[in-house]
Amino acid sequence: MEQIRVAELKPAFDEMNGFGQGVREPYAAVAEWLKSLRVEDLRKKSAEAELLFRRTGITFAVYGDTEAAERLIPFDMIPRIIAAAEWRRMTAGIEQRVKALNAFMYDIYHRQEIIKAGRIPAELVIQNSAFVPEMIGVEPALGIYSHIIGIDIVRTGENEFYVLEDNTRTPSGVSYMLENRETMMHMFPNLFAENRVAPIETYPDNLRKTLESVAPERLDDDPVIAVLTPGLYNSAYFEHAFLADQMGVELVEAPDLVVEDGVLNMKTTQGLCRVDVLYRRVDDAFLDPLTFNPESVLGVPGLFDVYRAGNVTIVNAPGAGIADDKAIYSYIPEIIEFYMGRPPILKNVPTYNCRKADALKYVLENMADLVVKEVHGSGGYGMLVGPTATKEEIEAFRARVKAKPDNYIAQPTLSLSTCPTLVEDGIAPRHLDLRPFVLIGDEVRLVPGGLTRVALRKGSLVVNSSQGGGTKDTWVLQD
Amino acid sequence: MLGRTANDLFWLSRYVERAENMARLIEAGYRIALLPRVGEDGKQEWASTLESAGCAEQYYAKHGTLSTRNVVDFLLFDITNSSSIHACLATARRNARAQRTALTREMWESLNGSWLEFQSIRPETLRPDALPRILDWIKERSAAYRGALLNTILRNDTYYFSQLGTFLERADNTARILDVKYYVLLPSTSMIGSGVDNAQWEAILRSVSAHRSYRWVYKDSYRSWRIADYLILNRAMPRSLRACYSEIDNALDDLSALYGEEKPCLETAKSTLALLEKGDIDTIFQSGLHEFLLEFIGRNNRVAHEVSEAYHFNS
Repeated sequence: MEQIRVAELKPAFDEMNGFGQGVREPYAAVAEWLKSLRVEDLRKKSAEAELLFRRTGITFAVYGDTEAAERLIPFDMIPRIIAAAEWRRMTAGIEQRVKALNAFMYDIYHRQEIIKAGRIPAELVIQNSAFVPEMIGVEPALGIYSHIIGIDIVRTGENEFYVLEDNTRTPSGVSYMLENRETMMHMFPNLFAENRVAPIETYPDNLRKTLESVAPERLDDDPVIAVLTPGLYNSAYFEHAFLADQMGVELVEAPDLVVEDGVLNMKTTQGLCRVDVLYRRVDDAFLDPLTFNPESVLGVPGLFDVYRAGNVTIVNAPGAGIADDKAIYSYIPEIIEFYMGRPPILKNVPTYNCRKADALKYVLENMADLVVKEVHGSGGYGMLVGPTATKEEIEAFRARVKAKPDNYIAQPTLSLSTCPTLVEDGIAPRHLDLRPFVLIGDEVRLVPGGLTRVALRKGSLVVNSSQGGGTKDTWVLQD
Repeated sequence: MLGRTANDLFWLSRYVERAENMARLIEAGYRIALLPRVGEDGKQEWASTLESAGCAEQYYAKHGTLSTRNVVDFLLFDITNSSSIHACLATARRNARAQRTALTREMWESLNGSWLEFQSIRPETLRPDALPRILDWIKERSAAYRGALLNTILRNDTYYFSQLGTFLERADNTARILDVKYYVLLPSTSMIGSGVDNAQWEAILRSVSAHRSYRWVYKDSYRSWRIADYLILNRAMPRSLRACYSEIDNALDDLSALYGEEKPCLETAKSTLALLEKGDIDTIFQSGLHEFLLEFIGRNNRVAHEVSEAYHFNS
């Protein structure tokens, strides 16, 4: 008979109630508001919001599902609140981190000082599938590789914040951050009168400014920006369309693009029109079949040559995935020290690289207490949460790790902070994380907040929407 | 604007218009099928409905014989029939989703709302008397979408391509309805003044929602040449060929001005409009109503094709 292990986690820090010492300061007004509500009222509002999302078409597709199965990401109406001082500290940590990540990428695609200094093993970079040798020696505009980064941050105590992962390729979710705020302001305008919530609606404008700032030099005209989507059936299609719309730029698919006379063009009703900045939401492998994937019929033949010649800026740059590779992750504190000359402000979660023999031994022995992740996995796929897994699941995973240790890392199971959330039996604490979206161009731009993802199943630590996670509006309070 | 966007907007409008036209066609056919039988089998009316809808062959391949239930199901719910209301809405919504950035929020929500509601209809549990209600609802939703478009869309190429789609589809639809039924409009000794004639004429007018306005315009009972005049040449009748071509001509003029270049489709549209402006119904009857309509349908197709070429719909 299958036996379910009970999670043996220490009690979690609650965003509203701390470790049970009563309502924390930032939540004072919201706690009062919650007391004044009946659960049924909240449920009614919740159903209203769902209808609104459905009509607006704020949906995502799960890979493998048909078009009919456009799903909603559950939206929880109880906000997640961050105090001004907490946000200031996080901001400093995030800025430091994204600068270091970009400096790291510039270095490894140029002189590779960090490898020469022996701070990071050469084979970890060079043999990494996320390393793109074609990028060696390429000079991206302003030296930036990752212009849009989503940093996943978790909290375990009053002052305990950890970076769980950096998303330096094509982080998604920012449209939900913006739509969640819209919905909350529509549903509960009074809450915003009572709380000083920092606005976030400047994000699309910031994104546009960031993209314009990295455009190739051109004398005649304003830079032309386009958002490249894999198309209608992509899980994040709504977001691609949303961002193009909010910025007022074209949403293109690869067949809409063509390289001619050394520049990138889109096919318009009036013929070809040059594109200067391509905010691509497709993977490297689908950018240019001539360079990256000769088997593929997808992509824009010749795009990479235009990029290398500096006639178009690709955002984020090809090869930017090297900075969020899970095997590189454990070296990030060193990377920050190396390029910024200071210790990291935001901590990493201690990580066991199974490619190292002693780490592998520890992981295999303590699997039931660890979170084990595939190095190249994402979206919560290919991952084991030891304390909540069955014995069979653990054994199956142990065999996989043994067979291919290089492919796995492990981390202690953090007791992620919780926040009151509306669930079937009323309002109860559920674990969550936070993904702020940071923009890097002529300056670093960060709107106060991010996407809060919440694991709706009791005790679950997996917040990914593909695994049934929901989202909350995220408030950063102003002083 | 991307060529693909123009193409999707054009077809989005065509499919919304087609769904609405289909609702009118079914309504008119259903009404005749309810009438007491005069001579021939009333089911035959469905044959001309299928002809007008341009999917007769497909229908017979699937169902063999005519029956009200099968025809209605085929034209309304059958997703494998690319002209059914279901398929039109599905395609329109797919195009809208692909062009979210070109549509206003009102347009998208109107269309998406219709789609979600249509999907919740279970045809197998539908009572026969629910049909008129569903058809009315479809016309309403189409009107709501057009209203959202007219009230919120920027008057630029987004608007012009949408207009072209609507009115090329509408012109095609009106011309087909007339062509399938042209014989009942021809003067013939045996049928003049008979109840069948009147019912047939009324069905034609109903299928373009013109049975009431006809009397306001002509202050007379139904006359076949007046019906033809109304649907072909009358500038005030919003579904007449002439009214459609005024709109097409306007959209192409505006598009040429916006892009600073005139394309062959403009010339074809202008000559078609001139034909309708200068035409009179007696001459059309003398030289052959059927031939006139065939030529018109051909011209209409040519304009659509020339528009797609000129503005790189499929480049």
